[in-house]
Amino acid sequence: MDTGKNMNIKNRIKAITTNPKFVNNKKGMTSGLKQLLIKIFSFIVIIGICYVILAPVIGMIVNSFLSDSDKYNPMVYLIPQNPTLEKYKLAWERMDYLPTMARDLVYSCSLMLIQVFVCSMVGYGFARFNFPFKKLLFACVVVMIVIPDHTIMLPIYMTFKNFDPLGLATLFTGKPLILMSTPIPMYIMTIFGCGVRSGLYIYIFNQFFRGLPKEIEEAALVDGAGTWYTYFRIMLVNAVPAVITVSVFSMVWQYNDTFYARLFLISEDIVISKKITTLQATIANVDKILDTSIQELYLDAGIILVMLPIVIIYIALQKYFIEGVERSGIVG
Amino acid sequence: MRKRKLSLSQKRTVNGYLFILPWLIGFIIFYIRSIILSAEFTLSELTVGAVGGYELKFVGLENFIYAFREHGTFKQVLTTSVFDMIIDLPLIIFFSLFMAILLNRQFKGRTLVRMIFFLPVILNSSAISDALELSQQMMAGGISAGSSQMAAEATSAGVDVGYYIGLFTDLAMPETVLDYLVAAVSRINSIITASGVQIVIFLAALQSIPGSMYEVAKIEGATAYETFWKVTFPMVMPHIITNVVYTVIDGFADSQVVTLAYDTAFTDFNYGLSSVFSLVSTAVTCLILVLIVGYIQKRTFYYN
Repeated sequence: MDTGKNMNIKNRIKAITTNPKFVNNKKGMTSGLKQLLIKIFSFIVIIGICYVILAPVIGMIVNSFLSDSDKYNPMVYLIPQNPTLEKYKLAWERMDYLPTMARDLVYSCSLMLIQVFVCSMVGYGFARFNFPFKKLLFACVVVMIVIPDHTIMLPIYMTFKNFDPLGLATLFTGKPLILMSTPIPMYIMTIFGCGVRSGLYIYIFNQFFRGLPKEIEEAALVDGAGTWYTYFRIMLVNAVPAVITVSVFSMVWQYNDTFYARLFLISEDIVISKKITTLQATIANVDKILDTSIQELYLDAGIILVMLPIVIIYIALQKYFIEGVERSGIVG
Repeated sequence: MRKRKLSLSQKRTVNGYLFILPWLIGFIIFYIRSIILSAEFTLSELTVGAVGGYELKFVGLENFIYAFREHGTFKQVLTTSVFDMIIDLPLIIFFSLFMAILLNRQFKGRTLVRMIFFLPVILNSSAISDALELSQQMMAGGISAGSSQMAAEATSAGVDVGYYIGLFTDLAMPETVLDYLVAAVSRINSIITASGVQIVIFLAALQSIPGSMYEVAKIEGATAYETFWKVTFPMVMPHIITNVVYTVIDGFADSQVVTLAYDTAFTDFNYGLSSVFSLVSTAVTCLILVLIVGYIQKRTFYYN
């Protein structure tokens, strides 16, 4: 009985909605057209902007395959006539690519792990515990994000130039340690939560942990888990989106960072993004290629080699990464 | 003596401090101490000793007076950096909001487009961006030989700017507005590359708006225009603050002032002067931030 009644109503609704008397055809058409126009418009805008972003990259890729004769051939645009891998070969050799890249990846990855560990800990501390001066201290985190790095560069430079914490170094070796031109200052700063953009990561983790339900921890506490156990085995596991977001950010920014690398005079053999800045000069001096526009071709090839691993990591993780940014409450 | 047992809340207080301890130490050593030292450097003449230490000689306000009265480029560089940032700021914010709204729709290839939009963030190393600029000029038709500023701007936009400017001056548009628009158009490249993170933040903000609000607006018969101004815009308002802060800091991080301060310190070895540059530019940045954020905050109604 019941289904029959339902069918009846459904039929009636269908009759009404398909009845030309009750359907506003005109409005339907204009809104359809409007929809289409909006679609076309947004399509054009998106394609255009993608072009603006991608054009220089495409240009660089093309450049890196050009041979010397192509560079001066006005007929060659975008498609090389005599494509060659010679530029890559030399750039690869002069940058000592594989060993340098391996060292840089070890350097950036280890710093990334420390960043994730320290910043998540601090973020968790701010998100879940109540202690005196908490508001003031968190304001300090924001201050840390806001203050540009160059404000503190000189004192930090001086500190690490003769590093003497509490007079310990003088006690054991007789003179302060000189930590310049080693990556140690970067590690020390990162361990103490003041690495490249650490403030931002602390903020992200804080936001994320605040968004997690408190019941998880309460359950853990009732079951007899200690604070640290709860943090490592329960909270950190639940924070995977935030961890991925921070990892990618930290990896990329550490890899691209030249400011601290220059400040601490870290060797080019460790920081490949610093090496790329001297590649053109090396090509000019060692290989005696004195034509600037030919040098640029080598530089382009070198930059593509440097970009490659980071782009691969990004493409591999981008799905998790963008979802992570959206869920981890980098906002709000 | 028996060890006093801590209550649960006391324990949690101690644990809280333990969790933030590494950062707290770092902040005191690397930030508070550095800022105090910086302030000290500005008032003194610093000479690096042979052994590795340094000596300070108090000179009063001499460095400040030198920076503002005698130094050749400091004032000019500072004002250019500030104005560049102030011009770019609204453009970047509105552009990224607009793009986030476009990207928030469902369409084919959405993930790919998002990936491309975030690419500039991945590639923002100074060496790389210089090379990218060169290749941008190459792509725009190889007018890179023309060295004048206008030619560079025109090529980066990829159009004949002069013709369109003429068109609008004929319409008697106010010249200042026109100048701003021309600057905006010719900066489109740098604006797009600078707004990767902002777009993602706005996207996240848009997705956090509950769908029920749009449903209500629809039932009440609001048009798309009204929905945007009455629902979307107020809801993303708090994130505009986040983005303003991010944009200002990011813009200052690679401005000319930083380069100037760096060069003064490590090429000319004038540490006191460099500290003056750093501190003054930081103070200016913070002042601008406070003003803008305060202004926006008065107009923000929703906080989550």
